[in-house]
Amino acid sequence: MNKIRSLEGLLNRKQQVVNNPRLHPKSNDDAGMVQVKVGMATCGIASGARETMNAFLEKMERENLNAVVSQVGCVGYCYAEPTVEVHKPGCEPVVFGYVNTQKAVEIVDKYIKRGEEINGILPVDYQTIDAKDESKHKQIRIALRNCGFIDPENMDEYIARDGYAALGAVLKMSQVEAIDIMKKSGLRGRGGGGFPAGLKWEYAYNNKADQKYVICNADEGDPGAFMDRSILEGDPHSVIEAMAICGYCIGASKGLVYIRAEYPLAIKRLQIAIEQARDFGFLGEDIFGSGFAFELELRYGAGAFVCGEETALIHSMEGERGEPTVKPPFPAESGYMGQPSNVNNVETFANVPAIYLKGHEWFSSIGTETSKGTKVFALAGKINNVGLIEVPMGITLREVIFEIGGGIKGDKQFKAVQTGGPSGGCLIEKHLDTPIDYENLTAAGSMMGSGGMIVMDQDDCMPAIAKFYLEFTVEESCGKCSPCRVGNKRLHELLHRICRGRGTEEDLDYLRNLSFVIKDTALCGLGQTSPNPVLSTLDYFYDEYLAHVRDKKCPAGQCKALKQYFIIPEKCIGCTACIKACPTNAITGEKRLAHLINQDKCIRCGACFEKCKFNAIIIQ
Amino acid sequence: MKVTIDKKPVEVAPNTTVYDAAKQIGIDIPKLCYMNLEAVGFKNHPAGCRICVVEVAGRRNLVPSCVTTCTEGMVIKTHSPRVLNARKTVLELILSDHPKDCLICPKSGRCELQDLSVQLGIREIHSVENAEMSTYRKDMSPSIIRDMDKCVMCRRCETACNVIQTVGALHAVNRGFMSVVAPAFERDLIDSPCTFCGQCVAVCPTGALTEVDQTQKVIRALADPAKTVIVQTAPAVRAALGEEFGMEPGTLVTGKMTAALKEMGFDYVFDTDFAADLTVMEEGAELLGRISKFLEGDKNVKLPILTSCCPAWVNFFEYNYPDMLDVPSTARSPQQMFGAVAKTYLADKLGVKREDLVVVSIMPCLAKKYECQRDEFKVNGNPDVDFALSTRELAHLIREANINFKALSDAEFDNPMGESTGAGVIFGTTGGVIEAAVRTAYEIFTGKKLEQVDFRELRGLEGIRMATVDFNGTKINIGIAHQLGNARKLLDGIRSGQYNFHAIEIMACPGGCIGGGGQPLHHGESHILQARHEALYREDAQKPVRKSHENPYIKKLYEEFLGSPLSEKAHHLLHTHYFDKSK
Repeated sequence: MNKIRSLEGLLNRKQQVVNNPRLHPKSNDDAGMVQVKVGMATCGIASGARETMNAFLEKMERENLNAVVSQVGCVGYCYAEPTVEVHKPGCEPVVFGYVNTQKAVEIVDKYIKRGEEINGILPVDYQTIDAKDESKHKQIRIALRNCGFIDPENMDEYIARDGYAALGAVLKMSQVEAIDIMKKSGLRGRGGGGFPAGLKWEYAYNNKADQKYVICNADEGDPGAFMDRSILEGDPHSVIEAMAICGYCIGASKGLVYIRAEYPLAIKRLQIAIEQARDFGFLGEDIFGSGFAFELELRYGAGAFVCGEETALIHSMEGERGEPTVKPPFPAESGYMGQPSNVNNVETFANVPAIYLKGHEWFSSIGTETSKGTKVFALAGKINNVGLIEVPMGITLREVIFEIGGGIKGDKQFKAVQTGGPSGGCLIEKHLDTPIDYENLTAAGSMMGSGGMIVMDQDDCMPAIAKFYLEFTVEESCGKCSPCRVGNKRLHELLHRICRGRGTEEDLDYLRNLSFVIKDTALCGLGQTSPNPVLSTLDYFYDEYLAHVRDKKCPAGQCKALKQYFIIPEKCIGCTACIKACPTNAITGEKRLAHLINQDKCIRCGACFEKCKFNAIIIQ
Repeated sequence: MKVTIDKKPVEVAPNTTVYDAAKQIGIDIPKLCYMNLEAVGFKNHPAGCRICVVEVAGRRNLVPSCVTTCTEGMVIKTHSPRVLNARKTVLELILSDHPKDCLICPKSGRCELQDLSVQLGIREIHSVENAEMSTYRKDMSPSIIRDMDKCVMCRRCETACNVIQTVGALHAVNRGFMSVVAPAFERDLIDSPCTFCGQCVAVCPTGALTEVDQTQKVIRALADPAKTVIVQTAPAVRAALGEEFGMEPGTLVTGKMTAALKEMGFDYVFDTDFAADLTVMEEGAELLGRISKFLEGDKNVKLPILTSCCPAWVNFFEYNYPDMLDVPSTARSPQQMFGAVAKTYLADKLGVKREDLVVVSIMPCLAKKYECQRDEFKVNGNPDVDFALSTRELAHLIREANINFKALSDAEFDNPMGESTGAGVIFGTTGGVIEAAVRTAYEIFTGKKLEQVDFRELRGLEGIRMATVDFNGTKINIGIAHQLGNARKLLDGIRSGQYNFHAIEIMACPGGCIGGGGQPLHHGESHILQARHEALYREDAQKPVRKSHENPYIKKLYEEFLGSPLSEKAHHLLHTHYFDKSK
């Protein structure tokens, strides 16, 4: 195809594709055209979105309907996958959740053909970046602005939503001007560190070298985090465009995306997008006729959490062992192959085109004094609306959990929320009204991190939660520095001991001291933050720890070793159901006589408890 | 630039680390992984142990002093309660994953971790029942024992093996708690590119890497009345052995060492320096042969000639440069020449059967242990050299025999294989082999007497050195490299045609044999290598005879036994061939 060589050429292309209803999502021009968009990110596909999509295609074809069925990225309603957006001409688009093949047929028959109202429509709870009426919804989609709206494998759909216009505009500016906009926007790194992106770019720009590199950190490794994957699967071009912008600003002609190999769909869509961008001339030589050249390559991570740390990531790309080195020197001075390099994370990059399109004033008007814009969170745990959300900085945890998240599952009591992934801390009731930003979360003993948010309820045992996170850091430590290599292992062992009822009060003091020392002495961010789950739970749930070590009890009833099952003789009718269920023959008793559990043999599996129909078994 | 350390003002040069700044005012910050052997460019600073952490005002976390550079006005505390608690806690963590068998550890008394534990007064380690220890398979090679349960991940061995030696046998593997330094795929050293240079052992702070100890086998041989046990001592040993007994580095203990060996009951105490003189005769003849052919216009002659005394270097080129196996001299190393002559010429003289003659060598080197086991140096399975002990092992033997080393009176080597020249002595340091060869080759080539035997242009501790020596109008270009990384640079330069040398001397270890893997541990002190280096030149200067070909016993050996250099007998006993080990 003919490459687009100017901003005017891009705008022409946009006009053409916007006027094509097949490509323009909000167009009402074509009276008869129905648009069906199926969320086909990894999460959707795993829930059966491919079958759903095929069902729509078949049905449409069979009924000969004037419709287009397309794939889009993740729209964020994970709790209701597969999700499908249906846009009937003349109507507002609606999103259906839990759309299996039957539901698909029902949607076509009832909603599309007959216009009947049917169940399963999910409420829209976000505003787009073009929204006129502000504060209607809690969510604002900037990084996710195209996710769920466009077919990630279709360049024209990206162009129709102003794709590559930011790059075209930036290439008409000087590097200093463009960096200045980034600085004024106040965008901070979304990967965890929160370092101002503009300053990072300026630093890399100021370091002169023949070859510089732009590196995208797509090594998303936090358990339960999928922000970056969703962006790459739903809107890969925004990242490519942002990297090219960054490349121009700092003077780099090469970009590298370090992506974890466990993200095959993101890799595939990124590869397709890179090919398309080359075809259109947005990558390669003389981009937009400006003389600026930029190329992009993928590098695959082999599943090490620590490679999300930028120096470790760079070493991994160089073919070295993936372990961090001391900063300084920062990558901006000496990064990939010893050359100045700028490393940003996927979500940071995804914000960049929007900032240049709508201006730094617009971006910095969103958020708090020190944290501008929005943050994407992966909302998970004991919450009703598990999903991917993007909220303005400064929103409170209460709004996120109880409004967007729909509150705690099963109407149970909120206990804590863990932010920042395995390196973050647990926050409690008293933090619910704290505005979310980098400083506030850190002050409360947690961190922004890359955006995991796991909600816990009354049934969660906090020492066990801390142990769970430590298990992860022990597994993911690179082993280079002693506090992290040995210290985290010992923390985990201590927590294990406490959860088994073998801990002492002295252990709690040691736990705290060890946590402080690890934080204070570890080499990289992984070790410096890994004790956070321990310290924050020690701070806010000390009583629970005490109960474990002093009373040998787990108040939440989660720690198996501390559970004891008893049969209340008055309630037991002697049906022997529990005897049959017990895998270790720990229960004895004659028929129609009260049974008894031998505590020495009991392995606390709970099988008897499940089986008893007479509530005769209790847990203590 | 001004900084404040423990309330004391310090003026430092730009780019000074906090560690070095503290040293300027006499504060020795405890450390474990950090090692800086400045004289030979060895610097290990992964900032991994976190023992040397200090508090810097305005920094959120403690910082490792070894890699943190001073900035103007920096205020540093090296022993605040916060620092002390952190340092002690971190050391306890390291010890919690370290075997506690110090009493019987080969490194006991020489162990930096043990010293640190003493210094920080560790009395107990907060124990978690069933606390896991990271354990690994023990690896026994002919030279080096890897007991990685004792590894503290300081990475010094990795730096030595990869950065300094470019051998690439050792690298961190696994992750987290199970991370350890090992050959690829956790193979054994013998199946890796390891050259057995022993530099990993020389820098290891703990008992994770040690030499194969053969002292008990030697004691058993000494106790066997049917055996005649003779010993040879390598030149570099005499310049370092004294350190093991608290003497100043660079003290020459040739006479005491000889006396100690005699006290221990060796039947004859000979000198490897004698064999070094013999090596000069053979290698020098080979060099002159090749140069003469070259000057006559022979296009097929292989130049430069490379020295072949260093067994780690031999292993290195066999593995890395199999296409250049015909370039090095075919002369065996002095250790092996000694063994071959001892088990033939000397055995005959003494009237002892080969099998009843036990040849022990005292070497600064661990690769010598590997070398003496090579099949080509055995006759019907009987090795020319039976046991190669390191300098450290000799010190152990002397201590075990309860000999008061410092109080010993000097003794003389025995003959016929104990007489040596100054040329033989300097074999123990970088530049020495080639200087010794030049002293002899000059006189033979030019037919003139060499008035000035000191070739200062060939001396020094620079990693790669080049010099041109005038052989009466014929310019001989000489290259010298020590440490295998430097050797690689020279070799690559020869391969690409960048260099044009006639002769090259290579030694695998820093400073040559004086910095060998079997020497008393230098613990990162550069001045120790410098002192040993100078000591050997001092001994050379004191020698009445300083050219190998003037050694009367060498002359006698050729007259009585070998005929002439490169004779058929000499070829058979004193030369070898090399193998392609790259596959």
